[in-house]
Amino acid sequence: MGTVKSTASAGRMKSKLKSKSPLDRMLEVFVYLSMIVVTVLTIYPFLNVLAISFNDSVDTVRGGITIWPRQFTLRNYEMIFSFSGLITGFKISVLRTVIGTVAGLISGSMLAYTLARREFQARKFISTFLAITMYVSGGLIPGFILMKDLHLINTFAVYILPGLVSAFNVFVIRSFIDGLPYALQESAKLDGANDFTIYWRVILPLCKPALATVALFLAVGQWNSWFDTYLFNGSNESLTTLQYELMKILQSTTTSATNSQDAANMAQRMAQVSPESVKMAITIIVTVPILVVYPFLQKYFVKGMTLGAVKS
Amino acid sequence: MKAITLKTENGYKKTEQSKRTVWKVFKNQKYLYFMSIPFVLWVFVFQYLPLWGWTMAFQKYRPGVSFFEQKWVGFEHFRTLFQDDHFYQVLRNTLAMSFMGLAAGFIIPVAFALMLNEVRSQVMKRFVQTVSYLPHFVSWVVAAGIVTKMLSTDGGVVNSLLMSLNIIDQPIQFMAQGQWFWGIVTGADIWKETGWNAIIYLAAISGIGPELYEAARVDGASRLRQMWHITLPGIRPTIIVLLIMSIGHLLGTGFEKQFLLGNHLVIDYSEVLDLYALNYGLAMGRYSFGTAINIFNSVISLILLFAANGIFKRFTNESIM
Repeated sequence: MGTVKSTASAGRMKSKLKSKSPLDRMLEVFVYLSMIVVTVLTIYPFLNVLAISFNDSVDTVRGGITIWPRQFTLRNYEMIFSFSGLITGFKISVLRTVIGTVAGLISGSMLAYTLARREFQARKFISTFLAITMYVSGGLIPGFILMKDLHLINTFAVYILPGLVSAFNVFVIRSFIDGLPYALQESAKLDGANDFTIYWRVILPLCKPALATVALFLAVGQWNSWFDTYLFNGSNESLTTLQYELMKILQSTTTSATNSQDAANMAQRMAQVSPESVKMAITIIVTVPILVVYPFLQKYFVKGMTLGAVKS
Repeated sequence: MKAITLKTENGYKKTEQSKRTVWKVFKNQKYLYFMSIPFVLWVFVFQYLPLWGWTMAFQKYRPGVSFFEQKWVGFEHFRTLFQDDHFYQVLRNTLAMSFMGLAAGFIIPVAFALMLNEVRSQVMKRFVQTVSYLPHFVSWVVAAGIVTKMLSTDGGVVNSLLMSLNIIDQPIQFMAQGQWFWGIVTGADIWKETGWNAIIYLAAISGIGPELYEAARVDGASRLRQMWHITLPGIRPTIIVLLIMSIGHLLGTGFEKQFLLGNHLVIDYSEVLDLYALNYGLAMGRYSFGTAINIFNSVISLILLFAANGIFKRFTNESIM
C-alpha cells in the first residue's frame, strides 16, 4: 500500500517537473524534426549509392533507384575485381595505410613523450619549432620541387615520408601524457629505467586511447588521400592508389555528364565511360573500410579532438 | 678597478659552470635527444626546407641549376601576377568560397550542437551524432562523387524531388552552371563536416555546470532562454578560438573540393589560388610564378590570422597568442 502511494506521488512529482510551456514543446518538436532531417540528409546518399551499386547497370539508366536495388545483381562488383588496375590500387592503399599509420604512431608518440618530459632542455624549442608548421607551409610548388630533389617522385616512400611527423598528432598525444601522473615516470627512473625504456614500457601501454585517436586520423588520412598520387606517382601504374583510380573514373563521368548536350559525342563517350553502377560499386569499396572502423573508435576520437583543439 | 676584475672573474666562472651543467644535463638526457632529434630533422627537411623554396619566387628559377647560379629577378613574378586579370577572378573565387565556407562551417555546427544538446533521449542523441560524423571520414573523392550523383540530371535525387514537387519542370544542370558552383561547394562542405565540427562545441557544452541550468529553471527560464543565456555564453571562448583559427586558415582551405567538383564548364567560378598555382605554375613548368602565388596565399593568411587575433584580443580578451 505504502509503496503504491509513494510511486504515485513520485509520478506526480515527475510529471510536474516535466510539464513544459508551449514554447518548450515547440522547441522540442523543432529539435526532433531537424535531427530527423539531418539524419536522412546524411544517410540517404550512402544508401542510394549502395542500392545503385547492387542494381543491374542497364536498369539503372532508367533512373528512379532510391534505397533498394530494383534488379539485384553482383555483376558490378565482379566487374571491379576483374579490373587489374583496381586490385593494384587496393594493395597499394592498404600498404600505405598500414605502414603510414604504424610509422606515424611511432614517430608521433616518441616525439610527444620527449615533449612531455618537463625537465627536457630542448622541450620549448621543439614545441615552438613544431607549432609553427601548423600555420606556415611552403606550398604546393616548393613542396613538389623538394620531393623532386630528394628523388621521391615515383616511389612508394612519397606516401609515407613527407607526412611522418604531424604537429597536431604530436600535441594530441603529448596532452594525453601530460594528464598521466608524473610520479609513474619518476619511480621508473628510480628503478633504473632509462628514458627510452620508460617510453616503451610505461608510457606507450598507458597511451592507448590517445594512440587509437591518432591511429584513426592517420589511417583515414592515408586511406583517403589521392592528391599525392596525382602529383607524384600518377604516371606510375604500379603505385597508384584506390582513391586515385576512383578519382580518374569519377572525373570521366563529370565531363561526360556536363557535355551531355553534345549529342554527337555521346555514344562514343558512353562506350569509354564505365556504367554508373560500376562507379557506385567502386565508391562503396573505397568507403566501406572506414565505415567499419570508425564507430569502434568514436569514443576515443571525440576525446582526442577536444584535447587537440584545446591545446593547439 | 679591482671590483671590475672581480666581476668579470665571477662572470667567467659562472658561464663556465653553467656550461658544464648544460653539458651534464645534456648527457643525462641523451636518450630524450636521441628520441627527438631525428624527428626534428625530419620536420626541418619536410616542413622548413620548402620555405627556403620561396626564394624561387624572386628568381628566374631553372631546375637543376645550383642556387648561386640562379638569376635573381626581384618582384617581377609578383608584378606579372598582379597584372593578370585572371588572378583577380581566381582571388574572387577563393575569397568567396572561403568566406561562404567560414560562415556556414561556423554557424551551422554551433546550431547543430545546440540542438543536439536539447535532445533528451540519449539513444537518439548518440545515434544522430554517430551518423553525423560519417561523411567526415569518407574522402573528398567519394564525397564529390556522391554530390555529383545527387545533383545529376538523370536520376539525381535533388532534381527528382524538385520535379515531383513541381518547383521546376526541367532538370537543372547543377554541375554545369557557374552560378551554382560556390553554393554546391559550400553545401558539400556543410554536409561533410558539420557533425565533425560540432564535436568540440558538444564537449564544451558538456563542461558547463549543471547548477547554472538548475538556477535558470528555478527562475522559470524556458529552454530557449537557457540556450541563449547559458549554453551559448558557456561555449563562447571555444567559438572564438575556433573562429580565429579558421580565419587563419581561410585561404588555405585547400582546393580538393574545387578540383574534384569543378569541370571546364564552371572553371570561371571554381578556380582557386592553389589550383591556379597548380595549373599555371606547376603544370606549365613556371615554378617561380607558381611559388609567387603560394607566397601571396600564405602572406594573406598570416595577415588575416593576426588581424583576427588582434581584434578578438581587444574586444573579448580571448586569443590564441
